[in-house]
Amino acid sequence: MANNTPLLKVDNAGIQFGGLKAVSGVNVELFPGELVGLIGPNGAGKTTFFNLLTGVYVPTEGSISLNGERLNKQPPFKITRKGISRTFQNIRLFSELSVIDNVKVAYHSLAKHSIPSSILRIPGHFKGEQEMHEQAVEFLKIFNLDRFMDEKAKNLPYGQQRRLEIARALAANPKLLLLDEPAAGMNPQETQELMKLIGFIREKFNLTVLLIEHDMPLVMGVCERIYVLDHGQLIAQGTPAEIRNNPKVIEAYLGEEVS
Amino acid sequence: MTILKRAKGFWLSITLSIILFAVIQFLINGAYLNGFYINTIFFMGINIILAVSLHLIIGITGQFSIGHAGFLAVGAYASAIMTMKMEQPFVVSIIVGGIVAAIAGLIIGIPSLRLKGDYLAIATLGFGEIVRITFLNIDYVGGASGMQVSHLTTWPWVFGCVLITILVIRNFTNSTHGRACISIREDETAADAMGINTTYYKVIAFVIGSFFAGIAGSLYAHNFYIIQPSNFGFLKSFDILIYVVLGGLGSMSGAVIAAILLTIISTFLQDYPETRMVIYSIILIVMMIYRPQGLMGTKEFTSFFKKKKDIGGGPGDGKQHTVA
Amino acid sequence: MELIQQLINGISLGSIYALIALGYTMVYGIVKLINFAHGDVFMVGAFVGFYSITILDLTFFPALLLTMAVTALFGVIIERIAYKPLRNATRIAALITAIGVSLLIEYGFIYFRGAQPEAYPADVLPTEKISILGVSINSQSIFILLTSVVLMIILQFVVHKTKIGKAMRAVSFDAEAARLMGINVNNTISATFAIGSALAGAAGVIFGIYYSKIEPLMGIIPGLKAFVAAVLGGIGIIPGAMVGGLLLGVVESLVSAAGYSLWRDAVAFIVLILILIFLPSGLFGKNRREKV
Repeated sequence: MANNTPLLKVDNAGIQFGGLKAVSGVNVELFPGELVGLIGPNGAGKTTFFNLLTGVYVPTEGSISLNGERLNKQPPFKITRKGISRTFQNIRLFSELSVIDNVKVAYHSLAKHSIPSSILRIPGHFKGEQEMHEQAVEFLKIFNLDRFMDEKAKNLPYGQQRRLEIARALAANPKLLLLDEPAAGMNPQETQELMKLIGFIREKFNLTVLLIEHDMPLVMGVCERIYVLDHGQLIAQGTPAEIRNNPKVIEAYLGEEVS
Repeated sequence: MTILKRAKGFWLSITLSIILFAVIQFLINGAYLNGFYINTIFFMGINIILAVSLHLIIGITGQFSIGHAGFLAVGAYASAIMTMKMEQPFVVSIIVGGIVAAIAGLIIGIPSLRLKGDYLAIATLGFGEIVRITFLNIDYVGGASGMQVSHLTTWPWVFGCVLITILVIRNFTNSTHGRACISIREDETAADAMGINTTYYKVIAFVIGSFFAGIAGSLYAHNFYIIQPSNFGFLKSFDILIYVVLGGLGSMSGAVIAAILLTIISTFLQDYPETRMVIYSIILIVMMIYRPQGLMGTKEFTSFFKKKKDIGGGPGDGKQHTVA
Repeated sequence: MELIQQLINGISLGSIYALIALGYTMVYGIVKLINFAHGDVFMVGAFVGFYSITILDLTFFPALLLTMAVTALFGVIIERIAYKPLRNATRIAALITAIGVSLLIEYGFIYFRGAQPEAYPADVLPTEKISILGVSINSQSIFILLTSVVLMIILQFVVHKTKIGKAMRAVSFDAEAARLMGINVNNTISATFAIGSALAGAAGVIFGIYYSKIEPLMGIIPGLKAFVAAVLGGIGIIPGAMVGGLLLGVVESLVSAAGYSLWRDAVAFIVLILILIFLPSGLFGKNRREKV
């Protein structure tokens, strides 16, 4: 499945806050179509690493490139448009917007109609909005969210909110999807469904996925490769089986369960 | 189907506005209204424009700006210079007032919209004060003693400007561009992560809002015989802020209703300015403690009618296709 | 010589800003609220001082102490009635309430008392000209400066050496953790308002003595400028507010001295905007990022 040119290449990247190295010297390569896990104890710098990839933080060392194009110092919205999209650890939906409008926001950068055409309500506006609407409806159907279409996002049950957040991230048409603890707060049945969903979207959208997760069965079950981060540094990488038996990883997780 | 419905609502609003316009014009022409009431109606219009324009900045885009009177001032002075010094017709002065205020909005917006929350509030307040002090120091516009302006504001101008303001801001809001702005209000980080150029949309909302504040300024200047920097202090900014907050942050109809109500209240209390301010401030405090979402929340006036239609199988076309 | 004279004026004015700024910065540090009403507490202080000198016939120090006690109580009442119910509300709601409280104090005061200004008697403090190295300095300026410095030293002592000061620092660092450690957060917040308001009240008396004229809307501009001073020094940082206040006072006096006195009020806001854009955490502030 994986070919030889990496989609994402992270070269020695890191960031310092004041004197504190939150993440340093991280090397990661993701190949098209891979599903890779990123694990590590609490405070290991996983989310910080995501923030580096998505431009929320600017790396103070090293470089990050997508398809050979350097992403350093690009603002987050440009990085999203180039093909990296994400979800957040604590769901960040546009809670007062309807479910379908949440998806439409992700389509916004593809909109063909300009501000003047919307203000003057010329046909281009209606055509653009109509296309966007139809596309969004079709998209929500894939996720079984179309029945909630006109609900406010904040009124969805928790599991559906997670689902919507993933849908919204996918609507931005990414090549690489970053999921930050998608199973957090889910019950085992919801987690099962989520695993199926992740497998499904990867096939359907031909995606590369990088996943932060604490739920070890989930990570070990779906990921082909796993990176382990501890104290801001990569301490191991490999297949789930290799990671499970890696003494460094066991040490990092000492006291925590690595099932 | 949807186009038909859209058209129906459109024609209905057009008809209603024409009736409203004609009735008031008739009352003015026939001298059924004395100057006091006419003035109150003009004020209502100007305040509606101010409220709706600030609603776009605060209610829709979530940028807490409390220096709106600064743009009102820029528009007022720019348009007064047009009519009084350059001898241009009123229509030109209105447009120039709007454009100059929009440019001021651009210049102020680009640096200050990087700030968030309280800091943005205090920076915009500071800008408003700088604008006022600047006019105070320009002899060309009369400094502290102010500038003479002819009375040119008439009902058709007020009505036309209100209508255009409401239409433009409504059309902007109900489009992908408006959704981009709302997404910034809801969660700026997430909006950014969804590919929204947040800086661009914050500045756009600010510029459009400033433009209409400038238009309001033109009408305001030409409704008096004199304008002075002291008309545009931050108390004026707070007045406008109160419309938006009282109406419900995020609701345009709320802002309009609040502007109308408070204009009436303040007209009747104009001889007792302290009482007016005491009432305003108590309304603000009580509102924030007991009903922070304002009169309308984020709802629009039209949504009260829509509810009924929805039950009868409204526009929810997707419902029939539901899989799960 | 003229310049030195102006510098001294600037420092006196700056010490008034600093005293007000301390309240802003302490309150912001602890409840993350721009207490717009703080400038009005300063105004109330000026009037309490005026009445205690003219009606109660008090001399400077008793009047100052009485004023500080009254404004401290006033600050606590404001906090309990208006801000406490909003402790978990949005930032915007809190800010709007603060604006509302400010307007209510100003216009409520005018409503009950009238808008007419008052003038402090000229003989509250000795006004001899003292000549130092050829520069003549009004002894009032020295008194004012000394009073401010003493108040600031007392404040430093309270914040760093007393139990309530430690509680204040703990709550401003992490209110939830402080609560878990058995600190009474509500009382600590009230104490912060009390101390900040007492300082603002003292600033009001000093202002009245120095500039003589006081009126019900006098708190607005110094209040805003003191906030600028707090931001300049780094909001939430006590020494920052002192330095910020003095700096702002000096800059304003220099602008006046350079012949731009009409622009004096704009200077503070220009400083504010420059600071917010280029150094948002202020001169002494630490950079903090939003957690994503």
